[in-house]
Amino acid sequence: MPGATTKRASASSPKSKDHVVLLIGTKKGAWLLHGDSGRRSWRADGPHFLGNMVHHVMLDPRDRRTLLLAAKTGHLGPTVFRSLDFGKTWKEASKPPAFRKAAEGEKQRAVDHVFWLTPGHASEPSVWYAGSSPQGLFRSEDGGDTWAPVAGFNDHPMYGTWTGDDQDGTPDGPKMHSIIVDPRDAAHLYLGMSGGGVFESRDTGASWTPLNAGSRADFFPDPYPEFGQDPHCMRLHPLAPDVLYQQNHCGIYRLERPSDRWERIGEKMPKSVGDIGFPMVLHPRDPKTVWVFPMDGSSVWPRVSVEGKPAAYVTRNSGKTWKRLDDGLPKDQAWFTVFRQAMTADARDPVGIYFGTTTGSIWSSNEENARWKRIVQDLPHIYAVEAVEVAG
Amino acid sequence: MKVLIPTPLRSYTRQRADVEADGSTLDQLLVDLDRRHPGIRFRMIDEQDRIRRHIRIFVNRKQVYDLGRALQAGDRVQILQALSGG
Repeated sequence: MPGATTKRASASSPKSKDHVVLLIGTKKGAWLLHGDSGRRSWRADGPHFLGNMVHHVMLDPRDRRTLLLAAKTGHLGPTVFRSLDFGKTWKEASKPPAFRKAAEGEKQRAVDHVFWLTPGHASEPSVWYAGSSPQGLFRSEDGGDTWAPVAGFNDHPMYGTWTGDDQDGTPDGPKMHSIIVDPRDAAHLYLGMSGGGVFESRDTGASWTPLNAGSRADFFPDPYPEFGQDPHCMRLHPLAPDVLYQQNHCGIYRLERPSDRWERIGEKMPKSVGDIGFPMVLHPRDPKTVWVFPMDGSSVWPRVSVEGKPAAYVTRNSGKTWKRLDDGLPKDQAWFTVFRQAMTADARDPVGIYFGTTTGSIWSSNEENARWKRIVQDLPHIYAVEAVEVAG
Repeated sequence: MKVLIPTPLRSYTRQRADVEADGSTLDQLLVDLDRRHPGIRFRMIDEQDRIRRHIRIFVNRKQVYDLGRALQAGDRVQILQALSGG
């Protein structure tokens, strides 16, 4: 892996009483799913905020206790709730993410929903970032209680050109997602937009440049524009922070800095399946291992399991080869979708992989490539699943 | 004056269906309502001071679209939320 900064990987060694918890956001509320120490049985804590659309629930890895939850109902405005005691009690942000008041003659932007939450750098323990629909970047410096728009992005002279208009977004609204903080440098940020593409800042969001060379946008006359692509999910490897992967509307890509050209690594996927999907999951210790969950991106974009036969795929060599992982999954007539925040990995050895479906099931595999097992069913439509390790 | 609160917003009013708030305009009344029940205004009014899509506000049983609407002591303000969807 020339050029990559790679720390020596070390297997996690959870204490005997530690356990994995899945933070689940759904169309109708949030659940915390507590596993036993062996990840064999699961206990549901919820619903939290029943009836709210919960697009993301995130743990603060700096204190392993604080949760932030992005919520709105179908009819009320968007907000963020915070829990300082891992979900026992919640308090609403006193100033949720919101665009600044438009000046006379300016487009009047309003946050429809908060879509993505990212904890800040380890050196900035109270900082969080949020991405919204329509595309907006917001920062909190007090642990998520008050939020301010990041003017360097939201008021950038190119904002309207980069983000397109409402017709360029996804069916339920254009989104900012995949906000990534370089673990080596709090000022170095990446983000993705559906639509708009990938952007990078090296000055804590004061200025931004497109980072889309090599990634395709086959819905434009020029299929390789400077921006306007539709990245669905982007991940940076924490132990090799020069390595990024991207599941895009037009394929699976890998980027190794300092290069600024994405390499399509999905072309080795079976042609009958293709390399379109929403989520992307990295192995916590091996930067060459990536899981994806393909969906049908043909004709009118059904966005369901290809041919009704759901399967994850894994590469162990940065995309040179891919292996189908469908043992235990329905073999036919299963037409669900796995959303971009709804697939995740824990940090154990072997790694546990989890995904949630639009039909309300959570599937897990404790042995990385082994048999899938459904651990929950009949939840509402699942938007997000994050795996965290907690004590006790 | 008295403000009637719909059920989706009663988590802000300790489940009370009617609360007190003051103001010489609807905008001022909603600011005062938010001072007494923090967070409630943003769920109804967006950051551009527009009434959100499914919120309806009535003064003395007439729907009001303008936050600048003048209010007088004794006016009855009713907030409703249109329910739709699945």
